[in-house]
Amino acid sequence: MPDTVSLHIDGQPITVPAGTTLLNAASLAGTTVPTICYHQHCTANALCRLCVVEVEGARVLAPACVATVAEGMRVHTRNERVERSRRTILELLHSATDVSEAPEIQQQLDDYHADLERFDDCEHREPEIIDDNPMFIRDYSKCILCWRCVQVCAADAQFTYAINFSGRGFETSISTFFEQSLTESSCVFCGQCVGVCPTGALKPKREWLLEQGQAPAEVLAATRGPGKKQRDRK
Amino acid sequence: MSTPQLRQLPNGGHPVQRKLHGNSTVAPDRTVSTTCPYCGVGCNLQLHIKDELIYKVTSDFEHPVNQGNLCVKGRFGYDFIYSNKRVTTPLIRKQAQTPGARTQAIDRSEWREVSWDEALDYTADRLVEIYKRDGEHAMAVYCCAKATNEDNYLLQKIYRALFRTNNVDHCTRLCHAGSVTALLKSINSAAMSNTAAEVIDSDCFIITGSNPSENHPIIGLQMKAAVEKYGSKLIVIDPRKIEMSDFAALWLPLKPGTNVPVFNAMAHVIVNEGLVNREFVEARTTGYADYVKTLDKFTPGYAEEISGVDRNLIIEAARMYARARRGMIFWGMGISQLSHGTASSLGLIHLAFLTGHVGRKATGLNPLRGQNNVQGASDMGAMPFFYPGYQLVDDEKNAQNWEQLWNVEPGGLNRKRGLTTTEILTHAHPGGVRALHIMGENPMMSEPNLNETREHMQQLEFIVAQDLFVNESGAFADVFLPATSWAEKDGTITNTDRRVQRVRQAIAPRGQSRPDWEILCDLAQRIEARLGRPNSAHWNYNSPAEIMAEFGKLDTNYAGVTYGRIERHGLQTPVPHATHPGTPFLFANEFPSGRGKFIPVDYVPIMEPPDEEYPFILTTGRVLEHWHGGSMTRNSALNEIYPAPVVEVNPVDAAWANFTDGQPVRVSSRRGSVVLRMHVTEKARAGVLFMAMHFAEAAANLLTNDALDPQAKIPEYKACAVKIEPAAEQDLPHPDVLTKRGRW
Repeated sequence: MPDTVSLHIDGQPITVPAGTTLLNAASLAGTTVPTICYHQHCTANALCRLCVVEVEGARVLAPACVATVAEGMRVHTRNERVERSRRTILELLHSATDVSEAPEIQQQLDDYHADLERFDDCEHREPEIIDDNPMFIRDYSKCILCWRCVQVCAADAQFTYAINFSGRGFETSISTFFEQSLTESSCVFCGQCVGVCPTGALKPKREWLLEQGQAPAEVLAATRGPGKKQRDRK
Repeated sequence: MSTPQLRQLPNGGHPVQRKLHGNSTVAPDRTVSTTCPYCGVGCNLQLHIKDELIYKVTSDFEHPVNQGNLCVKGRFGYDFIYSNKRVTTPLIRKQAQTPGARTQAIDRSEWREVSWDEALDYTADRLVEIYKRDGEHAMAVYCCAKATNEDNYLLQKIYRALFRTNNVDHCTRLCHAGSVTALLKSINSAAMSNTAAEVIDSDCFIITGSNPSENHPIIGLQMKAAVEKYGSKLIVIDPRKIEMSDFAALWLPLKPGTNVPVFNAMAHVIVNEGLVNREFVEARTTGYADYVKTLDKFTPGYAEEISGVDRNLIIEAARMYARARRGMIFWGMGISQLSHGTASSLGLIHLAFLTGHVGRKATGLNPLRGQNNVQGASDMGAMPFFYPGYQLVDDEKNAQNWEQLWNVEPGGLNRKRGLTTTEILTHAHPGGVRALHIMGENPMMSEPNLNETREHMQQLEFIVAQDLFVNESGAFADVFLPATSWAEKDGTITNTDRRVQRVRQAIAPRGQSRPDWEILCDLAQRIEARLGRPNSAHWNYNSPAEIMAEFGKLDTNYAGVTYGRIERHGLQTPVPHATHPGTPFLFANEFPSGRGKFIPVDYVPIMEPPDEEYPFILTTGRVLEHWHGGSMTRNSALNEIYPAPVVEVNPVDAAWANFTDGQPVRVSSRRGSVVLRMHVTEKARAGVLFMAMHFAEAAANLLTNDALDPQAKIPEYKACAVKIEPAAEQDLPHPDVLTKRGRW
């Protein structure tokens, strides 16, 4: 197998190492392909499909975060077909979840001229906020199921395996097993998941309380918790 | 766990009223890049601040130490700085204290709030009075492995240059003294030889006497990745079934304190099966022939008899490590905190010598340092034998160099080695140590045999505490100097793999608290004026960067480290000059001692083996959620997810005594006793109990043995004989508080 591969990205010829993803190849060619679920430090799973690009001759659009380069490929990172697909993905995301705290998605909605009312009659996901520990809250109404949190909890970083998908279809959500509280799960509260969450679904509790309008002193008192015992000093 | 219910967490997991869409998100006033204050890994933290509240911590995904990953302490455990128990006003005791009758003042009503001037004048007066009356041997200081390099450098400078004493030590004595002594003897260097992250390039690595997934969590992640993604083989040699043993190819569950026979038996196998790296042994070491003769009796069968580890496991481990192309050894307190801690460490060093697994990338001898800056504090000369840079105090040339730098008259500095941490307290009597300055340490939690430590503390004539909290030790003090936390000051700290990194001021000092280096400069000037010394040792620094520039002049390891060069990622010492790129791994060509020395070691049993009255061995350690004496974590939200101590008991032992999980028990040794709940778990080896050291209400160190390693003077925290009896719910310090976590 040759070490390098030559291809065209948006008409521009480029040679990259074999095995390079289309996303990285585009980046080397100076083109930015938009992403949502992709994170440089997580395993790419091609879940959100926002990064799709058109490869000439291919039947369907290719997710750039996982599709790798091949000799002679002609790739279009932003043509009409790609635009339409991305726009629809963004409109669907917006219709079911609260993406108001995801600046990247807000920017993309704008860039692709998404019609925010297109799926207006769709059901909105509104599960209750889960506040079961003093460290962070889980507001899955903002979750776009990018799977970053599941990945870092598993083999991308922590090897703790406390969370995974649960449910099917529209009911799919991220959950601990049997919906235990995090303290009962194998969670170690490292917060790797909070660190990679792109939409504010996972948020440090102190940040969340500040957003609720609490003053710093109240925030600290609330995360210290009720019934804190004085240490017994003899 | 069967009995009481998990107590309600904040908001009890109940649904919370949701605001409608368009929450107002919080924009930080600023974000500040700094280094974590907890363990020796040295993770990068990005503090997000709004109205002086740190409300969120993230990390740089490009950072070489932690790649954006953090643990619960680093990400959420910083709120101790806002604790309402923190003291931010200088305090002096209302009741004058006398030696022998000294009391602990826990309650604030026993203290008088004073101005900084009054507190510092009073401190200087008392210290100078004692020094003038009793001389240099009456003065002693505990430096602090949590404080910055600059703080520690200044504190040892005060006691060496002004009080002319080498009674300067810090908690390294209580953690890695055994390792440091062994490494200095065999190769004349005491730091981790390699970078922890290199573990992914190893073929095989040994973890022994260390629990990285709880105590060095981010190194733990790199180790898990090394096994799961990079195909390295892990050998865990530890009495506890720690989380890492789930990732191990081999787990050798030895009895506490039987390291030497196991390591020597591994060496025996390596020698007898012809797995010795001849080339390395001949080119880089001395003493091999004499050493090999001492291995004869350490057959795997002999080691099995003593340690309880199946001989076949020992043989297999020896082969696995010796046959690897790149083998690493990581160790922790389980090796060093024994009355033969030096011998245990030497046993490991020999394994690396025999196989040549040192001096290359992804090999090496890696004692994982506990505190965020224990490496730095040691580098800064916070030890009784060394000036900064491990320059011996009893070497005339060194003393002259430092006299020149500090502007001390020739012959002024003390050429005699000082007392160690443990010895300072045992010398607290008339004619011995009279004044003790404690910066940030908490001997009343961290010393072994606390009941005796208490008696020693009571004997002191004057105690200065410089800290965030009036902790168990500060409560004995005459004067309390409120210092700022790591988030309120600038400086540098040096992590376990020798990386010097920045700590930056993120928020304004709380109350009247001041950075340690400023407190020390002011105090030093007052002391110097009262002593009437002809020369001034210079105490008018404008910034920590100036302090670093001063010690860089004589400490070649730091000569090339300047604040400008460590803005983003730090530099790994040694950095001998201003353009040197730093040193990821040591000993590529030779050891600082030239050749590595084989120093034969024999098996010495633990000082207090179990017997009929005290049938169990107690071993102590730490848990993920807490830190050492608890001054930080127990004043944090971390205490909410791990609120109470437990003693871990193996199911076999529990069934034998008819104990049930969660039951209150009394654990007693010959020195003390505590009541706490028991947790029945496979993690504990049969016959061995485990307790964490963080909980004042059931302090593990009331039980531990203060027997010392004769060379390193480190106490035997890791093994003492105890008994365990049922206790009543009402005997528990806090019966309603229960730690119950799924992570067990």
